[in-house]
Amino acid sequence: MIQYLLLLLPIISALVIVLSSQRAAKWIALIGSTASLIVAAVFAVQFPHWTTGGFWPDLNTSPILGNFGVDLKIGVDSVSLMLVLLTVFLTPLAIAGSFSAITTRMREYYAWFMILEASMLLAFMSRDIIFFYVGYEFTLIPMFFLISIWGGPMRGPAAIKFFIFTFLGSVFTLTSVIFVAVRHFDSTGTWTFAIADLVKFSSTQLSAREQFWVFVGLMSGFAIKTPFFPTHAWLPLAHDQAPTGGSVVLAGILLKLGTYGVFRFALPMAPIGAVECSTFFAILGIIAILYMSLVCWVQTDIKKLIAYSSVSHMGFVVLGLFALNPIGLQGAVMYMVNHGLSTGALFLCIGMMYERYHTKDMEQLGGLVSKMPVWSFFMIIFTLSSVGLPGLNGFVGEFLCLMGAFVAEHDQPAGYPGVLGPWYAVVAAIGLILGAMYLLIMLGKIVWGSLREPHGQEHAQDHAQDHGQSHAQHAEIQLPTDLNFREIAILAPIALACLAIGLYPKPLLNAVEPCVKDALVNYPAVIDQYNAKRGLVNPGTPVKQAEAKP
Amino acid sequence: MSSFLPMGPKILVLTPEIIVFGGSVVTSIIGLSRSKTLRKSVPLLAAITLLASLVALAMGYSHESAEQAGVLMPHFNKIIKAIILVVGIGLVAISVGHIDRRMEEAVARGATTFDPMRVVRGEFYSFMLLSICGAMLIPGSPDLIWLFLALELTSLPTYIMVAMSRGTRRAQEAAVKYFFLGAMSTAIFLYGFALIYGSTGSLQLSTIREVFADQSARGGIDTLGITGLILCILGFCYKLAAAPMHFYAPDVYEGAANPVTGFLSFIPKIAGFSALAVLLSTVGWSSHAGFSETGAPINGLPAPILATLWMICALTMTLGNIGALLQKSVKRMLAYSSISHSGYMVLAIIAGPGLGFEALLFYLISYGVTNLAIFGALSGLQKRGEDVESFEELSGIGRRYPGLAAWLAIGSGSLMGMPPLLGFWAKLMLFMAGVQAGHTPLVIIAAINSAVSVWYYLRLIGVPSLSPPGTSSEGVTKGPSSWPRFAGAVASVAVILLPLFASRILGNSAEFAPTNAKPTSATTPTAPVATPKQTTENSRQETPRQDNTQIALHSSPTRL
Repeated sequence: MIQYLLLLLPIISALVIVLSSQRAAKWIALIGSTASLIVAAVFAVQFPHWTTGGFWPDLNTSPILGNFGVDLKIGVDSVSLMLVLLTVFLTPLAIAGSFSAITTRMREYYAWFMILEASMLLAFMSRDIIFFYVGYEFTLIPMFFLISIWGGPMRGPAAIKFFIFTFLGSVFTLTSVIFVAVRHFDSTGTWTFAIADLVKFSSTQLSAREQFWVFVGLMSGFAIKTPFFPTHAWLPLAHDQAPTGGSVVLAGILLKLGTYGVFRFALPMAPIGAVECSTFFAILGIIAILYMSLVCWVQTDIKKLIAYSSVSHMGFVVLGLFALNPIGLQGAVMYMVNHGLSTGALFLCIGMMYERYHTKDMEQLGGLVSKMPVWSFFMIIFTLSSVGLPGLNGFVGEFLCLMGAFVAEHDQPAGYPGVLGPWYAVVAAIGLILGAMYLLIMLGKIVWGSLREPHGQEHAQDHAQDHGQSHAQHAEIQLPTDLNFREIAILAPIALACLAIGLYPKPLLNAVEPCVKDALVNYPAVIDQYNAKRGLVNPGTPVKQAEAKP
Repeated sequence: MSSFLPMGPKILVLTPEIIVFGGSVVTSIIGLSRSKTLRKSVPLLAAITLLASLVALAMGYSHESAEQAGVLMPHFNKIIKAIILVVGIGLVAISVGHIDRRMEEAVARGATTFDPMRVVRGEFYSFMLLSICGAMLIPGSPDLIWLFLALELTSLPTYIMVAMSRGTRRAQEAAVKYFFLGAMSTAIFLYGFALIYGSTGSLQLSTIREVFADQSARGGIDTLGITGLILCILGFCYKLAAAPMHFYAPDVYEGAANPVTGFLSFIPKIAGFSALAVLLSTVGWSSHAGFSETGAPINGLPAPILATLWMICALTMTLGNIGALLQKSVKRMLAYSSISHSGYMVLAIIAGPGLGFEALLFYLISYGVTNLAIFGALSGLQKRGEDVESFEELSGIGRRYPGLAAWLAIGSGSLMGMPPLLGFWAKLMLFMAGVQAGHTPLVIIAAINSAVSVWYYLRLIGVPSLSPPGTSSEGVTKGPSSWPRFAGAVASVAVILLPLFASRILGNSAEFAPTNAKPTSATTPTAPVATPKQTTENSRQETPRQDNTQIALHSSPTRL
């Protein structure tokens, strides 16, 4: 029952918040989200399949459209569980990070935040595609309100753009899912939307052409959510305009819904389609890495810079996913978690700075290390983690993604042939240099150098008024020059997590491995076939194929 | 021959309609009473009538008696009637306090005395009940004359309701427009009926069905019959507000008072869809191909009819959504949105019995309830005794009336298909039905359209709750009666909670399971499991199936 408790806790907290007073709202939200964290921790401790793969718990309950096989099935494997843990870990921190920034309509803000948490958890924990879709899609509503009520000056267009882009993509995802379910019904006579059944059916029974279109349909939703290169137009605006807490969740968790969807649905359901499209998507990933790095380079707004860097970083995830081998997928999953931690933390840092200076413009800031040493310390850690410095978490995922792409050749002896190759990795690796460049330049401008601050308090007040109601009362909240205890307590756990994963990622990698292999069951054979069509024969095919199918 | 049947079963089956008719007579008299309490009780009386009718339907209706009475699709008939009655009660509730508002206020102030010649409340509810009665008669029609009369009984009162709902010129203009175009559409489908009669020599739907089956066995239904059917479909499109007969909708919806708009966007629509289902059941659906009672093969929707419906479906969704994007008036926007929803539902009609009808009924429930939430909120507001119509007037009303803004938001969310609201499940089933019937391209068009619709539904969410109040929204206050708002509240809660009971709403009917999943006919015991390759062919087949050897089979669609 603990899995239902985990889902219900945020909803219950949201209800309590709605009924409570404005003052109490933030504390109830903090307590509720911390309780979720504890429950999730207990859940993770009880979880028996950390190293063996597989789902837990295995229950069938409460059919909604029973005769159509739509069941509220809740269960996680280790990849889902890691993302669940990321969600419950970041949410209380994002809530605590909003304490001083949100001064209007607090009840609504925290209630929406808890509902957002619930729908993200539903998406990660559901084992029924329709309920995954419910969670995946419903995240739009709370996020829409978070951006359009408490966002920056351009909040209206940002929220609408975010909503419409994502909705447009996901209707195609839904159509693909329905197509597979109907085909399943046509051939077996039973309705089901259970992920396992549909994946098994779709990957083995659908023709190559059908798989191709199913894959395209699924990807059109996930590609916009992730976002992949040409569909990222909604992201910078939404990230930039969202309130700090919203940006943290948006970058830290919501983007992972897209890549999680690719990992959980698109790749396993349509292997033939995935293989056919893999070079295309890998190239899109590389374009995202390089092009977005260059875009970041010329940004003067720190928040926009981090937002664009998310697109660039998601390019690595895409590359890792379409390497279609365990190394690449492990790397992608690790990158999802690590990007959530480091980018979430960077948005928190920027939010804290913004509350003090009311500007995100790099030209107006500089040398903050002399004024805010503690803040600068955290900023440097998270930036380095984002750059991918060995010893911090970012490195693990980045390295594995590149390595996955590097070894994804047709004659790979390790049992997992691929369609990419060293060149993909080499070109993508340029992104590492560019990434270091733009992030370190940012760091150099705002942390080091001679002290530059925006002109005085009056300016800050004007600015706050320009930014509308949501920041109008900033002047009333007195913040110390450097971080206070609350803010340190928010950033320290993330920094510790970054360090821990960076130094000892092995447990996580071990946990991911079996899930990754499950997702890739059909791939070696399909890839060999595909490569054979292109005239590339894998010498080790027959033996490896037998091994790969458990 | 049902016309020679004893009256007994027919009366029994028609009890709900008889009750509604009786109620309409009573309300028209009571509305003229000098006693204010009695006058005020007219909507209550109308609601009680509908409730009584619902009880009669639940207790007295059996499939056997319905079949004896010549009803083609007994189960469909029952569910349609139930939906009409339940939503009808809501529609009565949202109209409370609107009719005779000026007159009653004047009487209350003592400015004038009550004058039975100048009030219309009794007539209004009487016409409302008559229209509902007409809509209820449609799905059970055994012949074309009945179908025609029932459709007219649905439509004629609505013309008058539009005119009497408001004192403004615009309402009268709308009523005239509605009437003339409605008369034209009636002429079109009446001509279609005549052609069908010419082709088949009968007005009985069951006979028409036999003759059509016979004709298609001998090389296809003749041109006369096909032309007749297409003319009927076009005529019905007027009731659905579907392209190419949708042009009246924005003007009429805008001209009528809010509660009447709510009525117009639901009752004629459900009437049109049941008429379409009844009429098309004479030719059958490809998913429902099989043999008629006399053993003649039924090949499903003939290609020209399928093509017509296909184009109607695609055009209606697209034109509706594009039109809605451009509107400044909430009611015009809702009119176009109602057009696009008709388009989605035509997809269910194309898919046919089984999943298609189930999706159609679920969609109608969802659309009806959601409509109540939105029109309940709109009817619950007024601006100096007038209806609220434009987006500017709604701007920022969420600050003062958070509940009403929430009903609008929930309603719009459901209409756009946002999970987990009711509209999402309806759309899900609709898409499933469409894909299963082999119309994946239409489903993709529908999916794109529902993504486009997000843009204007977001405005209905955003403007009341997020925009700052403006000059034109300052004068907006709550309406005189709290019933519309209450109905809106109940409907919004239903939009959230009904999905939990979705399987119970429809699942109690074993008849609704897709027919090829459970062959009931002894003639061809086909196993539902087919090899993947065969199923590919089945599900992709868009034109009616010509070989009827492997088909699964229900002896006739009469069980639906």
